[in-house]
Amino acid sequence: GPPGSWHHHLVQRSLVLFSVGVVLALVLNLLQVQRNVTLFPEEVIATIFSSAWWVPPCCGTAAAVVGLLYPCIDSRLGEPHKFKREWASVMRCVAVFVGINHASAKLDFANNVQLSLTLAALSLGLWWTFDRSRSGLGLGITIAFLATLITQLLVYNGVYQYTSPDFLYIRSWLPCIFFSGGVTVGNIGRQLAMGVPEKPHSD
Amino acid sequence: MTLTERLREKISQAFYNHGLLCASYPIPIILFTGLCIVACCCPLLKLPLPGTGPVEFTTPVKDYSPPPVALDHKPGEPSERPEWYVGAPVAYIQQIFVKSSVSPWHKNLLAVDVFRSPLSRAFQLVEEIRNHVLRDSSGTRGLEEVCLQVTDLLPGLRKLRNLLPEHGCLLLSPGNFWQNDRERFHADPDIIGTIHQHEPKTLQTSATLKDLLFGVPGKYSGVGLYTRKRMVSYTITLVFRRYHANLRARLMLLHPSPNCSLRAESLVHVHFKEEIGIAELIPLVTTYIILFAYIYFSTRKIDMVKSKWGLALAAVVTVLSSLLMSVGLCTLFGLTPTLNGGEIFPYLVVVIGLENVLVLTKSVVSTPVDLEVKLRIAQGLSSESWSIMKNMATELGIILIGYFTLVPAIQEFCLFAVVGLVSDFFLQMLFFTTVLSIDIRRMELADLNKRLPSEACLPPAKPVGRPARFERQLAVRPSTPHTITLQPSSFRNLRLPKRLRVIYFLARTRLAQRLIMAGTVVWIGILVYTDPAGLRTYLAAQVTEQSPLGDGALTPMPVPSGVLPASHPDPAFSIFPPDAPKLPENQTLPGEPPEPGGPAEGAPDSPVPEVTWGPEDEELWRTLSFRHWPTLFIGLYQLPRASLPPQAGDPLLRRDSGVGSVFEAQESWERLSDSGKGGLEEPGDSPPLRHRPRGPQPPALFGDQPDLTCLIDTNFSAQPRLSEPTQPEPRHRAGCSRAREGPGYDFSRLVQRVYQEDGLAPSHSPALRPASPGPGSPPTPEDEGGYPEKGSPSLAWAPSADGSIWSLELQGSLIVVGRSSGRLEVWDAIEGTLRCSSEEVSSGITALVFLDKRIVAARLNGSLDFFSLETHAALSPLQFRGTPGRSSSPASPVYSSSDAVACRLTHTVPCAHQKPITALKAAAGRLVTGSQDHTLRVFRLEDSCCLFTLQGHSGAITAVYIDQTMVLASGGQDGAICLWDVLTGSRVSHMFAHRGDVTSLTCTTSCVISSGLDDLISIWDRSTGIKLYSIQQDLGCGASLGVISDNLLVTGGQGCVSFWDLNYGDLLQTVYLGKNSEAQPTRQILVLDNAAIVCNFGSELSLVYVPSVLEKLD
Repeated sequence: GPPGSWHHHLVQRSLVLFSVGVVLALVLNLLQVQRNVTLFPEEVIATIFSSAWWVPPCCGTAAAVVGLLYPCIDSRLGEPHKFKREWASVMRCVAVFVGINHASAKLDFANNVQLSLTLAALSLGLWWTFDRSRSGLGLGITIAFLATLITQLLVYNGVYQYTSPDFLYIRSWLPCIFFSGGVTVGNIGRQLAMGVPEKPHSD
Repeated sequence: MTLTERLREKISQAFYNHGLLCASYPIPIILFTGLCIVACCCPLLKLPLPGTGPVEFTTPVKDYSPPPVALDHKPGEPSERPEWYVGAPVAYIQQIFVKSSVSPWHKNLLAVDVFRSPLSRAFQLVEEIRNHVLRDSSGTRGLEEVCLQVTDLLPGLRKLRNLLPEHGCLLLSPGNFWQNDRERFHADPDIIGTIHQHEPKTLQTSATLKDLLFGVPGKYSGVGLYTRKRMVSYTITLVFRRYHANLRARLMLLHPSPNCSLRAESLVHVHFKEEIGIAELIPLVTTYIILFAYIYFSTRKIDMVKSKWGLALAAVVTVLSSLLMSVGLCTLFGLTPTLNGGEIFPYLVVVIGLENVLVLTKSVVSTPVDLEVKLRIAQGLSSESWSIMKNMATELGIILIGYFTLVPAIQEFCLFAVVGLVSDFFLQMLFFTTVLSIDIRRMELADLNKRLPSEACLPPAKPVGRPARFERQLAVRPSTPHTITLQPSSFRNLRLPKRLRVIYFLARTRLAQRLIMAGTVVWIGILVYTDPAGLRTYLAAQVTEQSPLGDGALTPMPVPSGVLPASHPDPAFSIFPPDAPKLPENQTLPGEPPEPGGPAEGAPDSPVPEVTWGPEDEELWRTLSFRHWPTLFIGLYQLPRASLPPQAGDPLLRRDSGVGSVFEAQESWERLSDSGKGGLEEPGDSPPLRHRPRGPQPPALFGDQPDLTCLIDTNFSAQPRLSEPTQPEPRHRAGCSRAREGPGYDFSRLVQRVYQEDGLAPSHSPALRPASPGPGSPPTPEDEGGYPEKGSPSLAWAPSADGSIWSLELQGSLIVVGRSSGRLEVWDAIEGTLRCSSEEVSSGITALVFLDKRIVAARLNGSLDFFSLETHAALSPLQFRGTPGRSSSPASPVYSSSDAVACRLTHTVPCAHQKPITALKAAAGRLVTGSQDHTLRVFRLEDSCCLFTLQGHSGAITAVYIDQTMVLASGGQDGAICLWDVLTGSRVSHMFAHRGDVTSLTCTTSCVISSGLDDLISIWDRSTGIKLYSIQQDLGCGASLGVISDNLLVTGGQGCVSFWDLNYGDLLQTVYLGKNSEAQPTRQILVLDNAAIVCNFGSELSLVYVPSVLEKLD
């Protein structure tokens, strides 16, 4: 296609990915802080949006980068991702991702090791169910590693902190969340790169 | 044979048999399945509804002491006590219930004054309570020491400051409306106005100020403008921090009530679960949104069935009822669900998934259409059996792994999921398959019905008289620069029945779907807003209520004696305006003269028979809104955390709602008439969210089907009719094959105008010829062959009067015409002269190919004739000698002897096909024929040698495409498209493309573009055969498409043409031609070499020049 249109698509895709990242960050952040919810919802909302204002934009940017990176690497490797390429599957993937977060926030585990192992298994299951590509696995692991590193640095420098850290400064299940997040956003990005499947005829 | 293969075969066989069974006995199977679902869901009735409504627990009032903080019962021993009954409650609530009747009662009492005396009792009573002194073992204490002290009101409630107590005892009575000041009360001219001033105008789900202060539900208080009840009731609500019983005794003493039949025997402990906050709701709502998106995207893929929505509904029903069955079965076997249903539900649906259902549907609809329904279902099932079983095994395996995490919550989830999966499989196999078979059967019937009338319409002898129309049309309309008025189109004669038009309107606007969508959204919104079921999970407060009233036993309460009066500072009182309406008891009162107890007088009057106390009064507090107490405690005050029990996570609130004293007042009141008006509640509307679902495609018009078979099925042996216009001929192909210049139309004028518009010198122009060999090639109007004789005397040339024109090809300035009589004619398009003709065979010519100097004619009897055209100058560059006045030239055919053109029959293939040839295309030295006998044949052009016979379609061939790269595409009545390799004769791919016939096919270097009777244009990847996207066309515009370049596709719509980017499927631009009101559907589009487009709008041709689009593309 013409380069202008391609460029336009790129911007559109990154915008979509960015907003997906922002929404997911907000929702998942809510899930994480829910346990300490006070009785007064207005204040809760206020603290959530004020205390960590920089989290959603960061997550959005990261989502845009990852979501564009996945199809890009696919095309570099010359092996386009064809496994379950449809929106229904993407939605399923997002739902499972939210479910993993939900489990990490809400369930009572006997100890942290059990929690982390369970989440790791769930994340791998997510990859196997919705991705199954080596590039996806590699990229996911890379993302998980980098993101964990960055969080460690952030916490080390005191930007924020986790309650009861058990893996250096952070919670040990965080890499699993990053991994499954990477796979999910990559899934969305690949689907977006496929283009819109059907257009109605304008009346 | 390995084990796997054997297993596979077994499974496939079993599924096949099962499919046969399902399709054979649909109704009994559906009934059976329904019974199974109901049976499995039965245990659900026993389950308490999930939700956060208050939970109650009753203990006797005697020897009451707060439960210990720690649970000390042994684990094995079943405990009577609920889990939440731990530690001291947040508060004890005591309500003193005052009931009074007005007597004597005049019809015209002023409503305001009716309530004055009963309400004034509240002040006195409050006084008594405040001055009450408690005495127990630890000494005497004032009320202030035992009541629950409240501090500041919540910031948003500043306007209620005067009405609600602040910094003091939480004691509520109607007196709070007047700041507990009796003088103020007496000075108030409009009591009801004061009470209702804070009533919300809109729908309110939580307790209002009036409810809180009156302590009884609005309709029981009896206070209201329209109340014509003589009973007025209210309560004085007192909140204690610690339990004590002697206030009640004191009040009993002060206000003895002989006809009281009540006994206070028990404390009711009420446990309020935590209300869900917005913070809780957002993730929940998000998961539900994802769930709906998932369902939407999944069901959208259901295609090629009779009722998309029906099947989508069946799919969703399958999943939902399998979940219900799962819960029901688990309950049956003793597992009590502890997880929150609303929370895990989306995940369960996603885990179970709709995939199998979709796979099944797809597999069934891909089976050959011409098979019996039973066999189609069976084949579809068995071909997917292995993958379905494999998927199921995989999912079960994953869930099993989850079970071994040994986390109770996950284990429970997995258990539900396993049972859900199994029951889902069961339902898919029985319920969904059966529904699918019914659907497929309906579709076949519908197709049959559709086809019958369209075939019936074809017989050429069918008379359709439209003389009036023709006359009107003959009056030449002024042509706009790009519009040429043509013969009346037969389409015009098609009028839709009203009923159909309404249905189309509904279908077009997708009204029903939108309404349903909006309704669903509103419903969900209301559910989320008002109903706690499944949405509110966490405990905000646990409140225990204590009701000192017994179960209606009549033993009188022992009245304790020690009541010491003590004076205490009055805390500020607060007031909420409650609703006031009718009492349930509607007794008429005898006009007994009441005792003239003044308002200031505290002692209650002797009991009057009208005022009775029964169990219903005791239970009155239960009718309060379940948010009443949470509102009081959480909604109004910033509760000091210190006042909560140590385990602050689950605060307990205990309510001691006792009718501590029975207080009756009987007043005489002699004011007249009532007036005024109470505040009316306006129901709040939640705005319906708009969602635009992709609705089912509007059904195709019968008359608009470009059904090729009609052309062939026509009575070809019938003699040509010359004098009458034939039956309206809606078919595109038919249209083009019968095309013929009409009266008042000069072809050369059209050609000339094109060039003039292009700004090209006519003499330099290349030949005007169709750019694509598509079916609608010649830019000639649809018309009847025999028509000109009758219609107009001013013909450019006379027809040879021997048969209607069935086919026509144009190249350079020569037009080759095939007639129903079997005559082949070559005309000069510029001069309008017949150059030569050939009349050797009498079988009608159904299709023509004119390539270079070769003409191939396909005849009705299935034979092919190869002609070669020998000429000297006729094919030289186009000469424009025509003038606009040509149409008035003499109407006799002229042979020009100077340009001798002769067509010579070179070869004949006598029986190329068993049945009439319906499609004929030539390129790259090959000739391809498609026939009604379901086969295609490939011939070599030069020697008419048959190279291949291609079999693969299960219906007549309707469209063929071949190009220089030797790629051959064919489409048939079965809706399938096959791609072939012409070099080897092998089938490259096979796609099920359309519901109904494929009407046209064309290819670019990278894609295949097809259109079908379903008014869809589908674009396929040429190498893989994967559908890229499809474009929904307006009704009747199904086949109007043209390819301008490799990137640019043009389609026709209602009075417009649209340009699409082929690679991305993006709509670039829509150009409206002419006024919208008289918009005709674009029947055909022909793209000329110079980027001009000819659109057939029924009776008009529009020439559109599109330089701008081309420039933009480059």
